[in-house]
Amino acid sequence: MNNLYVYLEIENGKVEDVSLELLTKGRKLADELHCQLEAVAIGYQLHSVGEQVFPYGADVLHIFDDKRLYPYTSLPHTSILVKLFQSEKPQIALMGATSIGRDLGPRVSSALCSGLTADCTALEIGDHEEKEKTYTNLLYQIRPAFGGNIVATIVNPNNRPQMATVREGVMKKEILNLGYKGKTVTHDVNQYVSDTDFVISIIDRHIESSKVNIKNAAIVVSGGYGMGSKENFSLIYDLANTLGGEVGASRAAVDAGFAEHERQIGQTGVTVRPKLYVACGISGQIQHIAGMQESAIIIAVNNDPNAPINAIADYVITGDVETVIPKMIKYYKKNSK
Amino acid sequence: MSLRIIVLAKQVPDTRNVGKDAMKADGTVNRSALAAIFNPEDLNALEQALRLKDQFPGSTVTLLTMGPPRAADIIREGLFRGADGGYLLTDRVFAGADTLATSYALHKAIRKIGDFDLIISGRQAIDGDTAQVGPQVAEKLNIPQITYAEEIRSVEASKITVKRRLERGIEIVEGRLPVLVTVNGSAPACRPRNAKLIQKYKYAKTTSERQADDTVSFRGYDSSDYLHLKEWSAADVNADGKQCGLSGSPTKVKKIESVVFQAKESKTLDSSDSQIETLIVELITNHTIG
Repeated sequence: MNNLYVYLEIENGKVEDVSLELLTKGRKLADELHCQLEAVAIGYQLHSVGEQVFPYGADVLHIFDDKRLYPYTSLPHTSILVKLFQSEKPQIALMGATSIGRDLGPRVSSALCSGLTADCTALEIGDHEEKEKTYTNLLYQIRPAFGGNIVATIVNPNNRPQMATVREGVMKKEILNLGYKGKTVTHDVNQYVSDTDFVISIIDRHIESSKVNIKNAAIVVSGGYGMGSKENFSLIYDLANTLGGEVGASRAAVDAGFAEHERQIGQTGVTVRPKLYVACGISGQIQHIAGMQESAIIIAVNNDPNAPINAIADYVITGDVETVIPKMIKYYKKNSK
Repeated sequence: MSLRIIVLAKQVPDTRNVGKDAMKADGTVNRSALAAIFNPEDLNALEQALRLKDQFPGSTVTLLTMGPPRAADIIREGLFRGADGGYLLTDRVFAGADTLATSYALHKAIRKIGDFDLIISGRQAIDGDTAQVGPQVAEKLNIPQITYAEEIRSVEASKITVKRRLERGIEIVEGRLPVLVTVNGSAPACRPRNAKLIQKYKYAKTTSERQADDTVSFRGYDSSDYLHLKEWSAADVNADGKQCGLSGSPTKVKKIESVVFQAKESKTLDSSDSQIETLIVELITNHTIG
């Protein structure tokens, strides 16, 4: 009772990174709260989920294994979580801020009348005072708002569970102990779902495993709206290929159609921490900086000497991207062995 | 076949283009410096509704929005683009609502509107980016939801087929009406305003707008029902005040901070060959690249 729960996203039997990242964070929060960490797996053929999640410190794994539960649809997964949470009364429930977590979380929170904070960038434990009452050990749900211009700390003083979603890559994934052993509880799915939960059916599905691996790339070369056009954006690919890095983009560049959405870096995209980040034609809106500020070395290429990104860059190259990028390629090829 | 479609829309500050004057010295947001616009993905949602109306003549597209009195602007905007009517849910008790209290109020208004076949909304609003209100309204109405829709492929009898755009691919799903669909920004853009509709609806006003400004009088207003935008309070939709606004919101804002990043000492270079070569050699030497 009153434990911390993580909903696991599972694709083809494999637990997604975002869920392992949440287990890592959840373990730390559970230690602070002196409670257990419980994971919920809802899907089909889940026999290898235990060995995937116990090393991250899960104390209990709840299994709901039924052919009808994979691929994910909203209603049966909602029914299961709602009934499980009604009986187990978790104090905290975390899920990925993915198309699944952002579909499921609000529906579950509405059914339980509990608060849900979307897209948190930090989770902490702390106290809260309101109307002369002190609440101890609440979950501080910290998230950007207003297009990333402010950061808000949200609390749910009275309603449980305190629910939050977190984007992939925001938390770090870290194995606690390869030998960590938790308990597996297998539930009877029919006690949780009814036939009316299956009114939506998936008739076709094409999900690719991610082609883009910016999150783990050591070098990221990113382009912004200042690249000017989709044609010019190919310079970003040229530089990334030369340096052996991945291509990223700002939200403005993605909105303008220069790059695909999965390359977007920032609060509404991916968070990266490479050893080198090259920002080309990116002015440095807060929402972008939040997704790359932890890079070890940052180079900003921009023709505006006052671009906000320059303030956090290690090297600022003031000049046109069309001039600077080809020169960077040229001198890399000349000097690398 | 004709469909009764409700489109949920929100008036939002244009957070996509936040200039320096949008932040006050104390770190709070200066809302007046930002234009109030029709939430972009709600326009994608409106387009999906209008396409169904084109396909099934006799269908109705009704907008529902919650907000301050000036949010009537987006109802007019929707009428100019082809919607048939709209409701503005406005009341001080709604102030400070989080997503749960918002979905409570909206679902009460939908109950008041009456029977519907389809509710369509944008996936999320750009001022909060939460994507919660759509699924929460669906749950409160006890109907299924289809989120992240890129296209409503077809509606036949009570069957609906929708293409969803997810992070790494697509899904085609089939469901039954009534259902709530949330639409992605990757869906087709909304059709522009129509000149004839602008003529027809430019004097459309809510009762309070009409009372506040009867100088912009249009003689036909009182006798033209289609110009009367419906305006509802919490009491009009039988909403329980305790479940509205701040008191109906389980989430509380504890603290707001403006974002300040640690400035670094940086080395500034120009685009000359010698400076760029020096930098590249330095990065190769310290094994950052190569």
